[in-house]
Amino acid sequence: MKLNLKIWRQPGPAAAGAMQSYVANDVSEHMSFLEMLDVVNEELQTKGEEPIAFDHDCREGICGTCSLMINGTPHGPKRATTTCQLHMRSFSDGDTITIEPWRAKAFPVLRDLIVDRSPFDRIIASGGFISAPTGSAQDANAILVPKPDSDLAMDAAACIGCGACVAACPNSSAMLFTSAKVAHLGLLPQGQPERDQRVLSMVHQMDLEEFGGCTLFAECEDACPKEISVENIARLNRDLIRATVRDRGQVHVESGAG
Amino acid sequence: MNRLFALWGTTVGKKVAMAATGIVMILFLISHMISNVLIFRNPEHLDSYAALLRSLGPALWVARAGLLACVLIHIAAAWQLTMLARRARPITYAHHEYRVATYASRTMRWGGVLLFVFIVFHILHFTTGTLLPGWQDGRVGDNVKLGFQSVPVAIFYLVAMLFLGLHFSHGIWSAFQTLGLNHPSYNRSRRLLAWGLALAVAGGLATIPAAALLGYFK
Amino acid sequence: MNLDAKVPGGPLADKWDRHLADLRLVSPANKRKFHVIVVGSGLAGASAAASLAELGYQVSCFCFQDSPRRAHSIAAQGGINAAKNYQNDGDSTWRLFYDTIKGGDFRAREANVYRLAQVSANIIDQCVAQGVPFAREYGGMLANRSFGGAQVSRTFYARGQTGQQLLLGAYQALERMIGKGAVKMYSRHEMLELVLVNGRARGIVARDLVTGEMESFAGDAVVLATGGYGNAFFLSTNAKGCNVTAAYRAYKKGAGFANPCFTQIHPTCIPVSGDYQSKLTLMSESLRNDGRVWVPKAHGDSRGPRDVPESERDYYLERKYPSFGNLAPRDIASRAAKEACDDGRGVGPGGRGVYLDFSSSIERLGEQAIRERYGNLFEMYERITGENPYRVPMRIYPAVHYTMGGLWVDYNLMSNLPGLHVVGEANFSDHGANRLGASALMQGLADGYFILPYTIGDYLAGAKLEKVDATHAAFREAEQRASAQLNTFLSINGKRSVDSFHKELGHVMWNECGMARNREGLQRALKKIPEIRAEFWENVKVLGSAETLNQSLEKAGRVADFLEFGELMCQDALQREESCGGHFRTEYQTPDGEAMRNDHDFTHVAIWEYQDGAAPVRHQEPLDFEFVKLATRSYK
Repeated sequence: MKLNLKIWRQPGPAAAGAMQSYVANDVSEHMSFLEMLDVVNEELQTKGEEPIAFDHDCREGICGTCSLMINGTPHGPKRATTTCQLHMRSFSDGDTITIEPWRAKAFPVLRDLIVDRSPFDRIIASGGFISAPTGSAQDANAILVPKPDSDLAMDAAACIGCGACVAACPNSSAMLFTSAKVAHLGLLPQGQPERDQRVLSMVHQMDLEEFGGCTLFAECEDACPKEISVENIARLNRDLIRATVRDRGQVHVESGAG
Repeated sequence: MNRLFALWGTTVGKKVAMAATGIVMILFLISHMISNVLIFRNPEHLDSYAALLRSLGPALWVARAGLLACVLIHIAAAWQLTMLARRARPITYAHHEYRVATYASRTMRWGGVLLFVFIVFHILHFTTGTLLPGWQDGRVGDNVKLGFQSVPVAIFYLVAMLFLGLHFSHGIWSAFQTLGLNHPSYNRSRRLLAWGLALAVAGGLATIPAAALLGYFK
Repeated sequence: MNLDAKVPGGPLADKWDRHLADLRLVSPANKRKFHVIVVGSGLAGASAAASLAELGYQVSCFCFQDSPRRAHSIAAQGGINAAKNYQNDGDSTWRLFYDTIKGGDFRAREANVYRLAQVSANIIDQCVAQGVPFAREYGGMLANRSFGGAQVSRTFYARGQTGQQLLLGAYQALERMIGKGAVKMYSRHEMLELVLVNGRARGIVARDLVTGEMESFAGDAVVLATGGYGNAFFLSTNAKGCNVTAAYRAYKKGAGFANPCFTQIHPTCIPVSGDYQSKLTLMSESLRNDGRVWVPKAHGDSRGPRDVPESERDYYLERKYPSFGNLAPRDIASRAAKEACDDGRGVGPGGRGVYLDFSSSIERLGEQAIRERYGNLFEMYERITGENPYRVPMRIYPAVHYTMGGLWVDYNLMSNLPGLHVVGEANFSDHGANRLGASALMQGLADGYFILPYTIGDYLAGAKLEKVDATHAAFREAEQRASAQLNTFLSINGKRSVDSFHKELGHVMWNECGMARNREGLQRALKKIPEIRAEFWENVKVLGSAETLNQSLEKAGRVADFLEFGELMCQDALQREESCGGHFRTEYQTPDGEAMRNDHDFTHVAIWEYQDGAAPVRHQEPLDFEFVKLATRSYK
């Protein structure tokens, strides 16, 4: 099939960018979306044009590197699918496809379709962990975890940190990402000692990164390739209120570095 | 107090403030709606209800101040969150599609502005009478009949009630979420409650301008 | 070349404990004076960086990805082994050790493998404490399953995303130390040079992939945790960014490269669909627990899978290996699939595929049970192929997956270059000629959490290190060499893209140095690869500049290294005149097609030493089996 592509090109972080049109010929329906872009890039290089820069790595839907706003939806039209696992059978001959980078002040464009998602790392660094230094652990079966809790924690832990939630949110909020980690760790007995501190620090860091606030459009949940539920956001809210009420002033909010 | 300010300092805290003030306003509107529909039994009922409120004296002013504070906090939080959201996406998408966001959730901001304008108008219209020539102090029932003789005013009230309903439905739904009071098994009942309350309050209040338009009070 | 493995004496079970007691310690006050550079942030790198920082060392950690959480460990699906014996099925440290060394076809060091089995239990404890949501039973205990090649249930798992959850655990530990300022993280940085001062590894040169800037980083020790080299084949289950560059450039600085020909082909991947294919997707081996592998008995049978009656199906793994059946080790299952396809009985487009059929399990356990176990894998398969595996059998074919070879290290995980430590898949140490399922995660975390943090202290305490900073001439020289190479790529201005050369190399490697190898093929490859390389240096086209984010330029450097390294792999495969594990030489097989080891001549590690402008030299580290008897691997 033949496709018309409109793609955001931007030579560098400080440079101006613009949408440019390309034509992709001989696209097979078995190709992945990124393989289609590989073929376009191969042609561009033959013509002496610099290839389109886009983030990608594992190409099996788990590393969270690939992004792309495809026709106004993060990771394209298929639910629960990353761009690398989106196949061209989801499109038809003659379609026009608009491809843009994630748009958020917190995620500045580095080049073309590549953005900087380091705010996510800093949110984790601020409190998205359980402090268990190597070697200090007791036997793994010493603390029992009810299976339903463990399953819910796993649902939240499935987040791949791709940023689709921010890209989809009309407020550019990072609440789904942040709440997924708060929920994952807060649901487990091992995560209890730092539960208050964690939510206070992570929300503080999230706000420092200049993401918008959540107003429950729920677009994030629909865009999430791992189907993380907005129920986690309610958990975060509950934990934050609880932490605020219980705070006796010992909890101090740290910002993540690096 | 410090911890409340700390909470307000976060985006989540502002939503908590909106949820809390929203709930107060909803409770007020429920009582407002119930007392208003008394007009259909007998306009004098409204007058005696108004007189009862006035007899509360200073307590009425405390309640009014409380309501006003709620409105102001609600608006301040909404304003700040809106500005944050604008700043958070300086370059918008060339092509963007909403997939699941409801019409109600997408009209919260402009609808909210409209409701604010409406509330100011409504107070100047019926409470102080500034915008209603022929307004008489204490004659609530007559004032209502007089006010709705103007067709554009009645239509404006109806439109405002439509947005009030939308605002309510998303507001109630998301207040549970914001306060962390949700559970997947209750999601359906939460939806029903949100829509039910929205319909009852906004619908109830809308019956009066609607009745006026249909000539009920002539 | 100093190849003293420094294996401590004494009984096997006591070696590690005694060694721990003998290791020199760095006092707490002195630890912060030492700066350790960790390259790579996968399971091994992140766990090492976090653990070292917890101990008090200054740590800098580098990854080429945009975040340390993206390292390819994240893609491991099936699970992680540990000798916990929670299932009371007779597992033990010894049994895990024996399974691993036997699975590796007796081409690994006994002492290393035993230590791996010993610390395996600590890993599970550590990960649970970090909040890794392993699968659990209703009573709240951890769940286990059995995994390719094991007769006990010792594999811990988190749905089909075990690697992701373990990596996120290590990543969170790392981020915690980054937040405390104990680790300085350099994402989107690619190591291009290892810097030696007075024969010791004292730093690296890395390129900032966003600004293009070449930067030097000096330290007291360097840890490479840079993964495997499966992308030498172009198509593999590795992430697109996985590369041999860091390891290969250390090799060019004198580090020995051990057993480069030991590559693992994974039997359960989704078959190739066209020549645009950019990577192969692995379906967890755990699928073989409930799926049955078959091809039609008849040659060129073009009927749909549901139309082939039971009696006309060849469940070849169950037929050939009755005791292990569909759970036969990876190399055996892979080769059997290739044989069936070579025999003209393959299925799907191009006839390069076999069926993995779940219908009998669905009948026995119900669709819901299968959905619970493999739901996400089934969805993934359907997304990629457009076929529903609950209704029609999956089609699978082997693909390059893991590389057992890697930089040579001693018992302390240090290479022959003092100060250069190598952990995880990047070293050669534990898997011999074939890795068992669910052992890669175990090794990466064992190295990073429980071995390196102790052994590196011994090096730092014992070495007399002069003060070296990034202004040293050795760094200037390395920066210039790295920049010069980039500028050369940009100036060639030929006609072919970097990818086209990578594909061409991959084709040669897959055909001649893949699942089955022989002398003629390897000699053909050894002639062909230098030709491809020569053309690359004359005709490659890399656009743009070195001062910006330039993905083709990054790839050019990696492919240039693969074009040299592929030759080394073929050379090693040619010299190893036996069949063992993943290395199958068609000349060395029993009459019924089983691998034939040559223990007399090849019970050793082959270590290659780089020679500038000449053929590399092959050294040997003999493998002494004091505690196990070399047996012929049989899974019949």
